Amino acid sequence: MKIIVCISKAPDTTSKIAFADGNSKFDENGVQFIVNPYDEWYALVRALELKEANGGSVTVLNVGDASNDAIIRKALAIGADDAVRIDAPTQDALFVAKQIANYVKENNADMVLLGKETIDYNGSQVGGMIAAILDMPYVSLASKLDMNGTTATIEREIEGGVEVVETSTPFVLSAAKGMAEARIPNMRGIMAARTKPLNVVAAIDATNATEIKSFSLPPAKTGCKYVDADNVEQLIDLLHNEAKAI
Amino acid sequence: MSVLIYTDSADGTLTKNAFEAANYGALLAKKEGKTATAIVLGEASDIDKLGAYGITKVLHVNDAALNNFDPQRNAAIIAQAVTKENATTIIFPHDYSGKATAPMLAAKLDAGLVTGAVALPEGNTVRKTVFSGKAFADVEIKTAIKIISVLPNSVDKETGEGSVTVEKFACEIPATRLTVKEVKKASTELSLTEADIVVSAGRGLKGPENWGMIEELATELGAATACSRPVADIGWRPHHEHVGQTGIAIRPNLYIAVGISGAIQHLAGVNGSKTIVVINTDPEAPFFKAADYGIVGDAFEVVPKMIAAVKKLKG
Ligand SMILES: Cc1cc2nc3c(=O)[nH]c(=O)nc-3n(C[C@H](O)[C@H](O)[C@H](O)COP(=O)(O)OP(=O)(O)OC[C@H]3O[C@@H](n4cnc5c(N)ncnc54)[C@H](O)[C@@H]3O)c2cc1C
Ligand SMILES: Nc1ncnc2c1ncn2[C@@H]1O[C@H](COP(=O)(O)O)[C@@H](O)[C@H]1O
Repeated sequence: MKIIVCISKAPDTTSKIAFADGNSKFDENGVQFIVNPYDEWYALVRALELKEANGGSVTVLNVGDASNDAIIRKALAIGADDAVRIDAPTQDALFVAKQIANYVKENNADMVLLGKETIDYNGSQVGGMIAAILDMPYVSLASKLDMNGTTATIEREIEGGVEVVETSTPFVLSAAKGMAEARIPNMRGIMAARTKPLNVVAAIDATNATEIKSFSLPPAKTGCKYVDADNVEQLIDLLHNEAKAI
Repeated sequence: MSVLIYTDSADGTLTKNAFEAANYGALLAKKEGKTATAIVLGEASDIDKLGAYGITKVLHVNDAALNNFDPQRNAAIIAQAVTKENATTIIFPHDYSGKATAPMLAAKLDAGLVTGAVALPEGNTVRKTVFSGKAFADVEIKTAIKIISVLPNSVDKETGEGSVTVEKFACEIPATRLTVKEVKKASTELSLTEADIVVSAGRGLKGPENWGMIEELATELGAATACSRPVADIGWRPHHEHVGQTGIAIRPNLYIAVGISGAIQHLAGVNGSKTIVVINTDPEAPFFKAADYGIVGDAFEVVPKMIAAVKKLKG
């Protein structure tokens, strides 16, 4: 079974969110970058578990520039067999999806696994776009994935619950919480990652369908109004008459 | 020309998110002098209600097979409606169905997509949340056809008296490659993403046996219940209640956080809430910085008093 896991680079969850160049860019000063948690904890780890159980290979795929190599090595240290970086600066999901779809078309895969969204841009876009371009079934927000030959049994989140669906390879899936338990790379993995192949390939021609013009921060809260613990009725009164929330 | 809105249904009625998307699309159509057309796939008994949200025309594909969600099939049908209606903008709710269907349609039509919009577009630029609600980005869509998905609970609604004409949409329905085997719904519970009020609790509650008062407060308020991540991880509460950066993101009108410290990853999933109430024994708990109202106190004393006060109010 040949599995491709798409990984993206994201700022660490505790990063301070600030902007530079007249609010046109994310301020990377002092920011630690990680593999997007959904991609690493869920998509990649489940891919590795499936490989360990059924054989095959796990390739991690990233679209980005050379500054992404550190997080790609991290994915190799966790256990991916090899990595491919499609060399291009990225800002638009459709652009990224076209690059990935082209690579999958040329190299084949039984499944393409992604995270449900990137924690910086919160797009939830790339997976569906790849599936549409490749004309493969798409299962989004998946919290469980089991394989039996070429048949996949998947749990996915729907409104107010989960649903069990079946499809067959090849397919595209976006992974959410529940799919696997995060793994921490060990020393052997980190050593091995240094010599695993990280192939850099050229991007295909594509245009950006969207462009971020500027960033802004939500207005700061004006401050917390404290109510005494002995006067809980006042809180309910404020919520009713002032906030008009109940 | 028209603005086409995909309105999803669940269990035979349109979802709250669908009505919000419909209203967003109708306001946009009004602003741009276009027709607001909604498309409904599968069974929905309350289509007429779309009129109050500003929709004038509905394309309905009333095929029970479509009750089973396949984003690929939905995108193929919506693409046909785009052509038929000469739609220039397509609106989705940014929920489980829009998150899967909108990108598939975008790739099909080679159109730019902005997900999680929090305001109507200004020209070709749409404001969306980024960094899990910690910031906004203004994103320009550069293609002729534009696709936007609307973040639940984030745009003001304008309802009126309008009515709709419903047209049976004769379209080609492609075969699905997804078989739904089983649906596991917590159907009696209010869906967390759709709830106006959410009562949430964390490790400060000490153990699962203490959630009775949280559930009671929620029932009194007509609220859904949520929890912090460690609480779901240790199994005190079901995983689908976990909110935050790695759980679900919610934006209710009122979020009441009991015994939750307010770690940045928790805040990321709830800081879009309109009003935040924090109850915590520790006056230094970071959550108070994000709160509108706070009580420094013991949950086991404060929450029962809240229940009593709400009962009195609703009396
Ligand atoms: C990558 C990453 C992602 C994460 N994602 C999430 C996420 O999505 N959601 C999430 O919630 N967390 C997430 N976390 C975990 C997060 O960092 C915190 O550890 C977690 O939110 C803390 O949960 P808590 O507030 O319930 O518990 P604690 O931090 O233990 O806080 C308990 C609070 O209860 C108060 N308390 C104690 N007794 C009482 C009482 N009797 N009455 C009232 N108050 C009392 C205490 O003062 C304290 O403030 C993530 C962490 C990481 C590293
Ligand atoms: N530049 C990228 N390279 C590889 N995979 C990506 C990239 N951007 C996004 N992805 C994948 O697509 C998923 C959804 O991303 P998004 O649509 O941007 O929220 C992520 O969780 C990744 O798995």
